[in-house]
Amino acid sequence: MTDSMFRLLVVEDDADIRRVLRTLLEAQGYRVVEAGTAERAVIEARSHKPDAVLVDLGLPDRDGQTVIRDLRAFSTVPILVLSARTMDAEKVQALDGGADDYVTKPFNAGELLARVRAALRRNAQSSRQSHVVRIGRITVDLAAREARDGDGNGLHLTPLEFRLLACLIRGHGLVVTRDQILQEVWGPDRIDDTRGLRAYVRALRQKLEPDPGQPRYLLTEPGLGYRLLVQDDAIGTH
Amino acid sequence: MGSCVTEDLRPDPDQLLAEVQRDEKRARRGRLRIFFGATAGVGKTYSMLEAARTARAAGEDVVVGYVELHGRAETERLLEGLEQLPLASLRYRGMTRREFDLDAALRRRAGITLVDELAHSNVLEGEPAPRHAKRWQDVEEMLEAGLDVWTTLNVQHIESLNDLVAGITGVRQQETVPDRVVAEAELELIDLPPDDLLARLKAGKVYVPEQVAAALERYFRKPNLIALRELALRQTADRVDAAAREYMAREPTSRPWLARDRFIVGVGPDEQSEELVRFGKRFADALDAEWIVVSVETPDLLRLSDERRNQRIAVLRLAESLGAETVTLDGPSAAAALLQYARTRNVTRIVVGRPTRRGVRRLWRRSTADELLHFGSDVDVSVIAPRANGSALPIARAEKLEPPGIKWERFGYASLVTLACTGVAALMDPFFSAANLVMVYLLGAAIAGLRYGRAPAALTAVLNIACFNFFFIEPRLTFAVSDVQYVVTFAVMLLVALTIATLMANVRMQTRVAGARERRTALLYRMSRELAGTRGAQNLVHIAVRHVAESFTSRVAVLLPDERGKLQFVPSTDDAVAYRDADPSIAQWVFDHVQPAGLGTDALPGTAAIYLPLAGAERALGVLAVLPTNKRRVLLPEQRHLLEAFAGQTALALERAQLAAEAEASRIAAETESVRNTLLASISHDLRTPLAVISGASTVLADRHMTLAPEARAELAESIAARARDMSNLVANVLDLMRFASGRVPLRRDWESIDDLVGAALYKVGAKLGGHHHVQVHLTPDLPLVHVDAALVTQALVNVLENAAKHTPPGTRVEIAAAPEPEFLRLVIEDDGPGLPPGDPELLLAKFERGRSESGVPGAGLGLAICRAIVEAHGGRVRASNRDTGGARFELSLPTRAPAS
Repeated sequence: MTDSMFRLLVVEDDADIRRVLRTLLEAQGYRVVEAGTAERAVIEARSHKPDAVLVDLGLPDRDGQTVIRDLRAFSTVPILVLSARTMDAEKVQALDGGADDYVTKPFNAGELLARVRAALRRNAQSSRQSHVVRIGRITVDLAAREARDGDGNGLHLTPLEFRLLACLIRGHGLVVTRDQILQEVWGPDRIDDTRGLRAYVRALRQKLEPDPGQPRYLLTEPGLGYRLLVQDDAIGTH
Repeated sequence: MGSCVTEDLRPDPDQLLAEVQRDEKRARRGRLRIFFGATAGVGKTYSMLEAARTARAAGEDVVVGYVELHGRAETERLLEGLEQLPLASLRYRGMTRREFDLDAALRRRAGITLVDELAHSNVLEGEPAPRHAKRWQDVEEMLEAGLDVWTTLNVQHIESLNDLVAGITGVRQQETVPDRVVAEAELELIDLPPDDLLARLKAGKVYVPEQVAAALERYFRKPNLIALRELALRQTADRVDAAAREYMAREPTSRPWLARDRFIVGVGPDEQSEELVRFGKRFADALDAEWIVVSVETPDLLRLSDERRNQRIAVLRLAESLGAETVTLDGPSAAAALLQYARTRNVTRIVVGRPTRRGVRRLWRRSTADELLHFGSDVDVSVIAPRANGSALPIARAEKLEPPGIKWERFGYASLVTLACTGVAALMDPFFSAANLVMVYLLGAAIAGLRYGRAPAALTAVLNIACFNFFFIEPRLTFAVSDVQYVVTFAVMLLVALTIATLMANVRMQTRVAGARERRTALLYRMSRELAGTRGAQNLVHIAVRHVAESFTSRVAVLLPDERGKLQFVPSTDDAVAYRDADPSIAQWVFDHVQPAGLGTDALPGTAAIYLPLAGAERALGVLAVLPTNKRRVLLPEQRHLLEAFAGQTALALERAQLAAEAEASRIAAETESVRNTLLASISHDLRTPLAVISGASTVLADRHMTLAPEARAELAESIAARARDMSNLVANVLDLMRFASGRVPLRRDWESIDDLVGAALYKVGAKLGGHHHVQVHLTPDLPLVHVDAALVTQALVNVLENAAKHTPPGTRVEIAAAPEPEFLRLVIEDDGPGLPPGDPELLLAKFERGRSESGVPGAGLGLAICRAIVEAHGGRVRASNRDTGGARFELSLPTRAPAS
């Protein structure tokens, strides 16, 4: 297992959930470090230098949000937030505070592992970057700036569409917020142009999705942003 | 007289109600017992202490709050064995004085507290400043707090007897106690025959020896003592009489019912008005009548000096303190205004003073009394002769206002008029006779009278005469007059100018008075109207502050209580009018006692600002603090009443806001409660079933002795996972619903495209729907964006789709389409399944309605209720119906316009 060198820090106060997460993650070959409190979390993060952190927002000593802030003060490690469905506002706050993605509790094992893999890959992206990714039957070559369908026919993308697609690909299956996209693709002047963003997302779906009305790759995260599932991440929810 | 005998003997219900309310008030208030005497030295304090010792021996909780010993040794002995409250130290002019400590008494809460000398005045300038100017006010506060108080009082200190006593003794008492305080108390007369009193005085038992001679000389003369004793006895006898009458009023058989008499006391700006007011009090007591003290703002009155006008304020306040209703009217003639008011109030007796007008004015102006007698054929007029004792009223010497100022430029204009007249006359001179030239000058004088007021008009008249004489009368260019006829011309010209000027001045004054009154009403109306259209306590307060500051040219603050009843400033939006230095402790006192304090009130009158309670129906809602730039702005009774009206309007608006908030809160509470109850009933089944499966399957898996085939293990694990998922969904739904029922879900709205939301919802529902149903999405790209909370609306869509997945067989087709409507986008989700159960489809959307009673499908119904709650929170609607062709149809309308904030 090539993943065996990865170290994950699980910050969660419930011992049973920690045990389930440890079992699940260790079965995948990751090494797991546990922390039950916010204070512990920061200490473990400093000493073990994990490759990714899973943070539960409801901690006994301090708000999980402060853990994210503390970690961000000294580290760029990918952070995944575990949050309940009814806590949309907290989710947004966590992402704004520096978290990279969230997993809704109660979590589905497949989804959780996919997110962990995506987070780890994003971190390793700079060292071993692959220029070619597959989205369904579409192949995108970032270096050559071209896309082809399953039959090898060239797919026409406008420069802006390509920049948007590249931005989502760099998200590696993690949620990319609207602000991040607008900042990266349109630049700081057009930060409010969410209508334009929606139009381009719709256009991209027309070209990428087999059924644009029921997207399977370029997903909307309501109220947050978008998520592009590249090959082998495109798992179903069941 | 307005009293008429009614036919039946039934007690007036209003009066009975007042009776009952008075009894209730008495029951809550503490009782006041006054040891009452004719003069100092009759032994009031001594008797009080004796009574206190007796009460103590009987087991009563008696403490001495304050006793004035005057160095009398026998009195001092009586103090032994009685508990004494510590006295407050007060610094005044470099000396320390020992005064009664009101707060100590309030804290001690004794059964009976002794506080000597009810008429005593506190030293307002002392440090720390006492709360009240007078001791009787301290006592009032104790009574208000439910404490019983014993005190002492001499007859000359009773307010309404003040000038009578002054008449007897020649010494006017500055320290008086309002009659109503005495009226409420139980009087214990301490009587000592004058000879005995004189003997005690001489024996040095009353005053320390060196003061005896002086006191004897001045005050304690035998005739004085006899008269004072008679007054005290009569006062006590009247009390007995009053009690008897009160009793008879309750016994219908004893005597026919008399309507309560009512009379008016008309007061003017003269010294006599104070006497009139005191007379009115005695008269009202004798007749058991209501009385109204009326002051008429005539143009004459407006011309008076500030000092005189301040005296009028003092008189009206005295009248109020003696229990009269006070009214200020305006009109050109005091008599006419009084008569008109008397008719509207059904009053048939008017009391006025004897005119003191002297000299020539009496010849051409009738006094108010004369006019009343002449025009008021339907009223009795009582004219009271002045006794001229001089005033005892402390006239509020408001700092000198800037004098009206002589407008010198008017004299300039007046001279110009003469110049113009002379010019015109010079042009006419060759063609017209001197008589016609006079007309020009007369016109000039009239114009000056019309425009520039009396003095300038007089100047014009004189200058006109001089010029006319100088230029046009033979011998010309001299002031000599050859023809005596012209003297008449001059006199007429002067008179015309002055008459017109006086008339105009009156009209102007009248207009100014009427205008001011109208402005006041308009101001009040403007604020009320603005308050009526406003919501939220903060906004109401801002409006009130602005209006009060404008109308009274003052700085204003409003303090409202926080959750613990402690007053807090409402932050002001306008620095120019904010009164940040308002004293929170005074405000708190006003709030707790629902009584005004500060400038022009009974409590802390030395303060520069006035503090009014914003009194609601049951309690104070807050405090209005006003710091006027000009004190008269709030000292004038009519202004004070206007300010109170402003406070009343503000309180009303605040109360309305508070009631609305309380109603909303209780509605939400009731709804939450009902939701909770239905919820508990409905989900217990939904939770129990999956729990049974999970615990059953997991115990089997955990059992080490059980050997299971790998497929069987996988199957068990699968059902645990599926049931756990259902339960988690159910719990999330319940939580969502509780959040909506509590009304505390903030919407994070943004512009969203409906295909984005539908796509996200479909992805979330995922295999539950996609695997077995055919989903078709017909959404065109030209649909308008919706302004919604994306996460919530996605959840609403997920719930509708999950409902379809649960209640339709595999293979059912689900279609999603949308159509724009004005301000809304209608999203239609329909299927060709079995359709909705019979009955009202709308019921399906009601909270926790479950379509089928034995559905066996977990959490059904909850999802649709949440969907409805979400859509309605956005101002939209959800409709459920059956399609004509079979199958269910759900329509969700979502707003395509941002709500007006």
